[in-house]
Amino acid sequence: MGIIEAKKLIFEYIRRDEDGNVEGITRAVDEVDLDIRQGDFVAILGHNGSGKSTLAKHLNAILYPTEGTVWVDGKDTMDEKYLWEIRQSAGMVFQNPDNQIIGQVVEEDVGFGPENMGVPTKEIWERVEESLKAVGMYKYRKHSPNKLSGGQKQRVSIAGVIAMHPKCIILDEPTAMLDPNGRKEVIRAVRALNQVENITIVLITHYMEEIIHADKAFVMDKGHVAMQGTPREIFSRVEELKELRLDVPQVTLLAYELKKSGIALPDGILTCEELVQALRGVGKWQ
Amino acid sequence: MLRDITLGQYYQTDSVIHRLDPRVKLVATILFIVSLFVVDNFAGYLIAAVFLACMVKISGVPFRFMVKGMKSIVFLLIIAVIFNLFLTPGEAVVTVWKLTITKEGIRIAMMMAVRLVFLIIGSSLMTLTTTPNNLTDGMEKLMAPLKLFRVPVHEVAMMMSIALRFIPILLEETDKIMKAQIARGADFESGNLIKKAKGMVPLLVPLFISAFRRANDLAMAMEARCYRGGEHRTKMKPLVYHARDRIGYLVMFGYLASCIYFGRILKL
Repeated sequence: MGIIEAKKLIFEYIRRDEDGNVEGITRAVDEVDLDIRQGDFVAILGHNGSGKSTLAKHLNAILYPTEGTVWVDGKDTMDEKYLWEIRQSAGMVFQNPDNQIIGQVVEEDVGFGPENMGVPTKEIWERVEESLKAVGMYKYRKHSPNKLSGGQKQRVSIAGVIAMHPKCIILDEPTAMLDPNGRKEVIRAVRALNQVENITIVLITHYMEEIIHADKAFVMDKGHVAMQGTPREIFSRVEELKELRLDVPQVTLLAYELKKSGIALPDGILTCEELVQALRGVGKWQ
Repeated sequence: MLRDITLGQYYQTDSVIHRLDPRVKLVATILFIVSLFVVDNFAGYLIAAVFLACMVKISGVPFRFMVKGMKSIVFLLIIAVIFNLFLTPGEAVVTVWKLTITKEGIRIAMMMAVRLVFLIIGSSLMTLTTTPNNLTDGMEKLMAPLKLFRVPVHEVAMMMSIALRFIPILLEETDKIMKAQIARGADFESGNLIKKAKGMVPLLVPLFISAFRRANDLAMAMEARCYRGGEHRTKMKPLVYHARDRIGYLVMFGYLASCIYFGRILKL
């Protein structure tokens, strides 16, 4: 069994009018199956309202399934006695950097999670130091979070999660409110955690460039998984992605258009270098 | 910029007073205020003045910062002095029209003025030398016994520290909303008081909505990080008494005792 597994997960929002009568039911997540192994880097894609954030909130027991089951590290999220263990082993980073930092000093914020878990004081300090170093924010430990950039704040949030020693980190659109530089910073930090510390990463995003390095990607639409596979497999299905209102990275799109107009290029080109290589190959061949 | 504002009025130096445990400083401030109301003769005030001057000197905070805090109470001070001056019955010194200044009045008015001024300087000394965070921690620890009476001490302290963290963010947001509304023709400047108050509605409504949204997000983030109230919780920076804190308490009680002795019991 993988670190995160979901079987026929269904989640329904019940909309009520002012008197509390049921107006309608919206199915935000519809029969989703997931199987994520320890150490994987998984990306979940989808446009607004596709249910990806709702799905993410099931992975550390903030929301509970209406039907179906979610297991985190082999524990059923519906079982109340595992609640804190699940939240510790599957950490979560949210979209808005300002609304998830609790401490008034960077190091205090990172220490918040371990404090809640009841870790002894001396060990909290060790964890804070090691987590801040892992995201490259150690020299800012005495700063006020208000004075950091968006990307730095998100890295502090990530450090706050790492300090809880999770097996898995779920990032719910961590870069949506950041500028391009901040986005790069955050993604670099996340990849490093995945490769160096072997922490499982579930990255939820609608920026296609960010999933290039993922091991596996899921594309969500209207609550269910519309596509899944490696990024290369996903990106070779340009037409389908366009139908799902997702932007394909520009290099991939260029390669796709070139191929359509008759140049023999492989499917699913992800980076500039690959395209250059492929085009050189085409040149020699002709 | 708004992000740079510091709350409270903390002034960083590396003095012994800064390093004292916040609990000591809180208790000391309370004892100091008590001492001001216990003494009723010149000797007592002299002791208080000397003590306060020493503390200010040790703290290394420039005196003008203490005076800053006084501005807000100047009005109160003047009223208190005038009322005491004219309305205290006793031996008349000067009579202007129907108002009489009495000997007792002068005495009480002066005492009142000195008390208020010392009180403000004393409490500013505490806020100037303690970070708001530290202060919250100190209060939480000091009030811990109230938990027995079901007072949610930890929760209140947590709320205070969250409020402190969010004040600059909300101020910045207010500024943003204000500019957005001005760009759409809102008027926050002109008109009388009522009109101005009405003008605040388009500012306050979005601000409240956003504050609630932030609160919701923050609550979720805290839960996701295993927050479950004060139980099971350990502290990253626990408050531990050091030798200097014990000395601090001793000095404070020594001061209070001498105030009571010279300022109240011993009639000089």
